[in-house]
Amino acid sequence: MKSLAELEKIRNEEKKKMNLRDIKHGYQIVVGMGTCGINAGARDVLMAIVDEVDKKDLRDVTVTISGCIGECEYEPVVKVIDTKGKEFIYGKVTAETGKKIVDEHVMNNKVVQDMLLEKYKG
Amino acid sequence: MAIRTEIIVCGGTGCMSSNSQDIKNEFEKQLKALKLDKEVNVIMSGCFGLCEKGPVVVVYPDTIFYAHMTVGDVEEICREHILKGRVVERKAYKEATEDDVMKIKKFREINFYAKQKRMALRNCGMINPFDIKEAIGHDGYKALGKVLTEMTPQEVIDVISKSGLRGRGGAGFPTGLKWSLAAKNDVKQKYMICNADEGDPGAFMDRAVLEGDPHSVIEAMAIAGYAIGASQGYVYVRAEYPLAVERLNFAIKQAYEYGLLGKHIFGTKFSFDLEARLGAGAFVCGEETALMASIEGERGMPRNKPPFPANCGLWQKPTIINNVETLANVPQIILNGAEWFASIGTEKSKGTKVFALGGKINNTGLLEIPMGTTLREVIYEIGGGIPKGKQFKAVQTGGPSGGCLTAKHLDTPIDYDNLTALGSMMGSGGMIVMDEDNCMVDVARFFLEFTVDESCGKCTPCREGTRRMLEILEKITKGKGEMEDLEELRDLANTIKDSALCGLGQTAPNPVLSTLNNFYDEYVAHVKDKVCPAGVCKALIKYYITDACKGCGLCKRNCPAQAISGELKQQHHIDTTKCIKCGACKASCKFGAIITK
Amino acid sequence: MSNEKITKVNVTINGKTVEVPSNYTILEAAKVAGVDIPRLCFLKGINANSACRLCVVEIEKMRGLKNSCTVTVADGMVVRTNTEKVKKAVKRNLELLAGNHKFECWKCPREHNCEFLRLLRKFNIPNVIGEHPETFSRKDTITNITDAMVIDSSKCVLCGRCISACEKLAGTGVLNFNFRGSHTYVAPALNHNLDDAGCIYCGKCIQACPVGAIREKDDIDQAKELVENEDFYTVVCIAPAVRAALGEEFGYKIGTNVEGKIYAALDKLGFDDITDVNFGADVTIMEEATEFMQRFTKYLNGEKVVLPMFTSCSPGWIRYIETYYPQYLENLSSCKSPQQMHGALVKHYYADKIGVDKNKIKVISVMPCIAKKYEAKREEMEVDGIRDVDLVLTTRELARWIKREEIPFTELNDLKPTSPLAKYTGAGAIFGATGGVMEAALRTVRDTLEKQDYKDVDIKAVRGVDKDIKEAKLNVAGHEVYVAVVHGAANFPEMFRRIEEGKKQYAFVEFMGCTGGCINGGGQPIVPSYIADDVNVKDLRAKVLYNVDKKCELRKSHENPAVKEVYKEFLKEPCGKLSHKLLHTHYHQKDKYSK
Repeated sequence: MKSLAELEKIRNEEKKKMNLRDIKHGYQIVVGMGTCGINAGARDVLMAIVDEVDKKDLRDVTVTISGCIGECEYEPVVKVIDTKGKEFIYGKVTAETGKKIVDEHVMNNKVVQDMLLEKYKG
Repeated sequence: MAIRTEIIVCGGTGCMSSNSQDIKNEFEKQLKALKLDKEVNVIMSGCFGLCEKGPVVVVYPDTIFYAHMTVGDVEEICREHILKGRVVERKAYKEATEDDVMKIKKFREINFYAKQKRMALRNCGMINPFDIKEAIGHDGYKALGKVLTEMTPQEVIDVISKSGLRGRGGAGFPTGLKWSLAAKNDVKQKYMICNADEGDPGAFMDRAVLEGDPHSVIEAMAIAGYAIGASQGYVYVRAEYPLAVERLNFAIKQAYEYGLLGKHIFGTKFSFDLEARLGAGAFVCGEETALMASIEGERGMPRNKPPFPANCGLWQKPTIINNVETLANVPQIILNGAEWFASIGTEKSKGTKVFALGGKINNTGLLEIPMGTTLREVIYEIGGGIPKGKQFKAVQTGGPSGGCLTAKHLDTPIDYDNLTALGSMMGSGGMIVMDEDNCMVDVARFFLEFTVDESCGKCTPCREGTRRMLEILEKITKGKGEMEDLEELRDLANTIKDSALCGLGQTAPNPVLSTLNNFYDEYVAHVKDKVCPAGVCKALIKYYITDACKGCGLCKRNCPAQAISGELKQQHHIDTTKCIKCGACKASCKFGAIITK
Repeated sequence: MSNEKITKVNVTINGKTVEVPSNYTILEAAKVAGVDIPRLCFLKGINANSACRLCVVEIEKMRGLKNSCTVTVADGMVVRTNTEKVKKAVKRNLELLAGNHKFECWKCPREHNCEFLRLLRKFNIPNVIGEHPETFSRKDTITNITDAMVIDSSKCVLCGRCISACEKLAGTGVLNFNFRGSHTYVAPALNHNLDDAGCIYCGKCIQACPVGAIREKDDIDQAKELVENEDFYTVVCIAPAVRAALGEEFGYKIGTNVEGKIYAALDKLGFDDITDVNFGADVTIMEEATEFMQRFTKYLNGEKVVLPMFTSCSPGWIRYIETYYPQYLENLSSCKSPQQMHGALVKHYYADKIGVDKNKIKVISVMPCIAKKYEAKREEMEVDGIRDVDLVLTTRELARWIKREEIPFTELNDLKPTSPLAKYTGAGAIFGATGGVMEAALRTVRDTLEKQDYKDVDIKAVRGVDKDIKEAKLNVAGHEVYVAVVHGAANFPEMFRRIEEGKKQYAFVEFMGCTGGCINGGGQPIVPSYIADDVNVKDLRAKVLYNVDKKCELRKSHENPAVKEVYKEFLKEPCGKLSHKLLHTHYHQKDKYSK
């Protein structure tokens, strides 16, 4: 390596690659897995959300999975926790709508109202 | 999909000797079987520090901390946690809360880490030491780049001086000042040496840095070389650290491949070569002049100072020798500034210090705290207190060169000058906690035995004097001591401190003097009453069976000296003339009926 | 290391201020101030590793005690050597050393000049430490015994002076510390026997030792047995260098010639006949000069011949070349040393002359050298089953023997021996100084080749004890001849380098194992370090020999009438058949660490 610019390039690439280990202060997205979740297609949802977060380079956002939260009819379920700790639970999420949650809610703080679990429950 | 989970397995020596390499391999195997290997990354890092809970595995971004991992646990974790999101609670780290309920604590919530400020250890447990790109991703070599393109050597020295960084190897000499002494010599060939000989028993701070973040040391060596005008560096690492040696050598090789060592670094005029040199089992080679003699191929014996190494060192050229931990702080100081570093710590002791906490303590391991943290905080809040509810007795700092501090010193803020004023020293960071079951005379004997064995033999007071001191201590622990012996002990100790040639000899009497001053009564008990109050010195304790004895006969069967007699269901009796004090009876008694007095 | 100019600085020691050069150590400055600081491991120019810690002093503004042997002075420095702290450190460290020292002072060769005993006396040190049976006391005494010398760790104070002397003066570095801590001992690696460890027996280690830990092999009792045995006719012969130094053992100033008293003492000890190796030296010149002239003439005739020729009278040098440069063995003169030639002539010529059975004659030589003990025992040093020399004593052993017999040496009247084998010329006398052999040989070569009788016999170009290698270009019988004189084994590699380089065609080179020549041999009286620091011992002793030479009526070996008679009556001619049988020998390659 012959220049600081080259070093910086590697640094930036690696920072992104190791991003999962950093302390994050932003939104948390928890995708419900568990057997019923996986059966309902939660893995596709997870894949879509993870890829979207990666594509949009949202470094401060955490994406994790959890076990079944007990809303099996509404699987796949996705929980979003904002920076103040308020929880929003989405139901019947698909890969498409998962992406939407990231773009609208997580990135722009616009809750996707019609996908909220309480909306499904009526 | 992109990587969504990272599993970091601890690859420090402690966890490695508990098969953490196999654990890592098992993770890779299980993840592949579950077809998760494209979205989950497994890496091996350096030491996490909470060695008591090892082998350690941390899962990101969840920051779940799994403790006491075994290969058998891996499959469950992969299936339950990684695939289905259900944390395996039985393996997750838990702490007792106020109402004594055990609650899972995530990695950054753990009490052990809460009061720490990991600066020298910032990358240990966070990166793969075999991948230079990860070090770079964590700002590795950024400081070197800044130094070589934006700063003059004098400016580098000024920053280090202003930061207040002092040598972390034990002496606490101001690093910036040391560098300036070598820099002002107008000599073409100079040398930079990193002292990684870490010989204190119970100390493994430097080991963790070399195993977990070797690039921070390599980068700091190059920065120091630039500052003082040295083109060649050596890392003198003890051969008893095979993992550290392997990872250091690998890291050096990678650094050369990336052009971060060698000719014209970053295209500037500065060239720097680095290689590792191994020690061969001599504690004295941690002394800087003996270390240089060793590198030169001579017998590892200390030399006179003056001349000081900064003027006349390795092969008589100006040489700077710095400790691993001192160097590990350098890149951050360059990047964040002298004021940032000086804002941490106390007035005369800036920054943090890594301690290796061991002995009678719940959380054995490595911790890094800002200078000024009290001993009480370290032992009780970070260390988790004394196990089995025993009473704290003393804490030894500075290894065989240091002294012990007692309960009345617990609220002392830790810094170089405070510890020295109390008759101990910071040392390299070894901190050994002792409870009511430790005999302080025996502790002094233990440390002196070490120094007697490690003395190079060159100068009269250390070679002959410490041996005679050890004889007296052994005499005392065998119950043959007299009051004059205590005076002789003190007298010899002072002569050795005054006239020994090097630091090993000059500080060897410290554990004895410190225990004599703080625990004089215990010595007198051994000498006058022929009793060991803590029940440790074999010759002075006797084993007795109390009336709690149920007559089961288990102790009698376990006694290798046939010293126990007694009928079934009758109280048994130990013949103290036959007893060899092995303790097998006490260990086997289910009724706690065997005691030592 | 700074190349600062040396200035004058003021130093205050125990309240007395003195002005000394800025490169002086505190020890040297103290001497100027009249303050004697105890020291044990310091040996000027050889060893300054500050190991003994006896020379520690208090320096104002510096904490702890510092060793005065290497710390240099600074302007305004204030030093105290008499504080309680310093006095305690000295006393306790001496006590600690005593705790591991086996005291056999009455038997020890250093009884009268032991540097350790001197300090124990001076500071009145109790011998309490290490006396209890359960304490450590260098329990496994390591010894290393050879024909010439002995290492005895029970007396070693681990000062390191012998190690440095071997490294710096012999250049062979045979000795070092083994193990560490209280188990340290000095010896070749893993105490391999010295004889097979590349040691050349130059004895510089013995001369450096402050105590009796490394010493000559003591053969006094064997000598006594020989003398007391009425069956034997004991012939004693003394080397050139002995007379220049033996007096030091009896209080004479360094550089006093006590030749007459030595002969008297030998008579009192009971020897049957007294001769002088200076005679043997004269014979050596006859043989060696002839051998040289034979080689040189061949060279001038364009015949193939090995040059330069090397002298062969220093057995330490012989061990050196056999071990380290065996490829040059053919350069060596085939002559035996004066000791061996003398002994051979006593047995096979003198015996008949005085009518004594040659099997009943015992030759005891007194040498300044410990390698001579080994040389006398070499396989080749015998003729027809009869050893040339039966026993070798060093100068020191002779002195001890005289003292044990309570002979009042200083009150003896000079004795002049009557034996023809005690007659010598000035050329024989100067063998003991570096350059002496060369000068003696050249005196005879010049006269013979040029068929002259030179009156001006001094060849000053090859004299001098301080320059390591002396070279001279001489004109001999119309030819330009380069000769060289090298002394001290550490300088031998440089001489070989010059020979190989070929810039100068050397014809003749004198090699001496000891710096200064035999007057500074491993068997000579040991001058304690605190005296030797300031005195040029080699120069003072060498002057004795050159004075003997100057006062001699006959100063060329071929003029010695006793020598002339040997050839007339017996040998016939130098390098003839009988000479070759009795007075010449061969050398072989010697391995080390082979056994």
